[in-house]
Amino acid sequence: MKKLCDRFTGLNKNTKRDLANYLIVVVAFVIMQIAVSGGFLSNSLQGLLVPICAYVVMAISLTLIVGILGELSLGHGAFMSIGAFSGVLCTIATEQSIPSDGMRLFLGFVVGTVMAALLGLLIGIPVLRLKGDYLAIVTLAFGEIVKNVMNVLYVGMDANGIRAAIDDEAKLNLAEDGQVIISGAMGVASGRKIATFAIGIVLILVSLFVVQNLVRSRTGRAIMAIRDNRIAAQAMGLNVTKYKLIAFTISAALAGAAGVLYGHNYSAFQASKFDYNMSIQILLFVVLGGMSSFRGAMISATILTILPEMLRGMKDYRMLIYAVVLIVIMIFNQSPKMIQWREATLQKLPKIPFLSKDTAKGGK
Amino acid sequence: MALLEVTNLGIAFGGLQAVSQLDMKIEKGHLYGLIGPNGAGKTTVFNMLTGVYKPTEGDIILDGKNITGKSPEKICKAGIARTFQNIRLFDKLTVLDNVKAGLHNQIEYGAITGVLRLPSYFRKEKAMDERAMELLKIFHLEQEAHLPASSLPYGKQRKLEIARALATNPKLLLLDEPAAGMNPHETEELMETVRFVKEHFKIAILLIEHDMNFVMGICEHITVLDYGRVIASGTGDQVRNNPKVIAAYLGGD
Repeated sequence: MKKLCDRFTGLNKNTKRDLANYLIVVVAFVIMQIAVSGGFLSNSLQGLLVPICAYVVMAISLTLIVGILGELSLGHGAFMSIGAFSGVLCTIATEQSIPSDGMRLFLGFVVGTVMAALLGLLIGIPVLRLKGDYLAIVTLAFGEIVKNVMNVLYVGMDANGIRAAIDDEAKLNLAEDGQVIISGAMGVASGRKIATFAIGIVLILVSLFVVQNLVRSRTGRAIMAIRDNRIAAQAMGLNVTKYKLIAFTISAALAGAAGVLYGHNYSAFQASKFDYNMSIQILLFVVLGGMSSFRGAMISATILTILPEMLRGMKDYRMLIYAVVLIVIMIFNQSPKMIQWREATLQKLPKIPFLSKDTAKGGK
Repeated sequence: MALLEVTNLGIAFGGLQAVSQLDMKIEKGHLYGLIGPNGAGKTTVFNMLTGVYKPTEGDIILDGKNITGKSPEKICKAGIARTFQNIRLFDKLTVLDNVKAGLHNQIEYGAITGVLRLPSYFRKEKAMDERAMELLKIFHLEQEAHLPASSLPYGKQRKLEIARALATNPKLLLLDEPAAGMNPHETEELMETVRFVKEHFKIAILLIEHDMNFVMGICEHITVLDYGRVIASGTGDQVRNNPKVIAAYLGGD
């Protein structure tokens, strides 16, 4: 044990922060598992476990765009939507040919992630030429377009294969034994609830692995250099468009994976779920988490997803308290006076290796 | 053949002719100065040489290759690196990472290698760390390697910019007012460093500077700009005694 401790303290600061993030996720998983098996969790909270995982992955994914690339995206829900629908479509369509739930879900993840990544790449090419507010507005519009297209999209399957149509279910021309999988504004009505909390945790760990390693690599350095000073980055020979696209595509892919997880947690869901509100909520997680901190984003996504559920007893005052909590967290995190006070108190505390200043302050 | 040959270079912003008919020749391993009163067009020349502005006329030939109007990224790869008048560091990155960002096209590996941490990731990161530390040592910045670049004092930020530019392995280094805001002692030290860089890396350096002791002290050849035109060029003494230069600086008939 001592040897292990020594090895840990010998690592560099960034590596420690990264490892601590994996550890936090694993510890949270173990605690929740104990709580579930001990019966300490209400049914509604248990039902939130998988959505929390999906939101955490969304928060990690958007942190890559907002915090690391330094651009604002207001349409992130669209990638989640694409991931959810294409993933669920895949698992339902392969029900006959692949009997194992796990295999189908894995395939669903691959398809959902790839579809979202392709869309991210496609939309990124024209859109990433814009900066700041303009990019925010275009991504906002993009989110609405995806939502509205999904609202009128019908996909069905019969013995002849998969068919898609716009606007009208009858246009699918399905055979007698055919089955409608996605039916316009009604969305998916016969989804498969095969996502589990454990799968969600694995997805969080994989996402963390991807983004944290990316940030510490040559590619991540280039992305952050572009964020800090685009003109200097170009003068150093960095291909700005390429690295923006890489960040955007990876982020879209992770959002797609989060969507697949989310979609497999419900027997029914609609495109209207992934609207403007959802995108803003995810941005909220990122901002409250401190913009460029993956750990902060994970924590705020968890708290802000549980909070409305915990406040259910307050009835009418629920959203009022939610808003007040947001303001309080924001002040606690960002006000210079609060930061001073926090650091002063932290120094008075006895030193604990995990909580001491450099590891506790959230890693990039 | 000269390393850099600029012929008849000019740029107009709308009706304003900022620079016109600029001719310049830069030989390998020499130090050149570009001076002139405020607003003479010095930084505009730098911006054209590095692709920030596209010249409206003329040619820029680097090592026999025409780089006129190419993007900053391509020009950097072709071998021109620069610093900025108003410092442009990667503020939130560490000092070391700033230089490693400069090494981007020198030591390469892909995004997938980085994410999966394949063996070459560790090998190349180590090579980058070593090269970057070597450069930082030249500028006495090795103690600050792991601090954020924005936390450095002003003089050290200027040095870090030069270190980062050198990391791109340039043939020609452009320094835009490297001694601005430095005290006489720091300026003296910087002169030594610039000389050392020229000898050590065997590159050509072109610098803009208002500190005449600095320019006269180290530049072998000086070009004077006024209102976007070359009014004089030659050695320090030739330029200093040129009546046109005196008139431009002090005002005259």
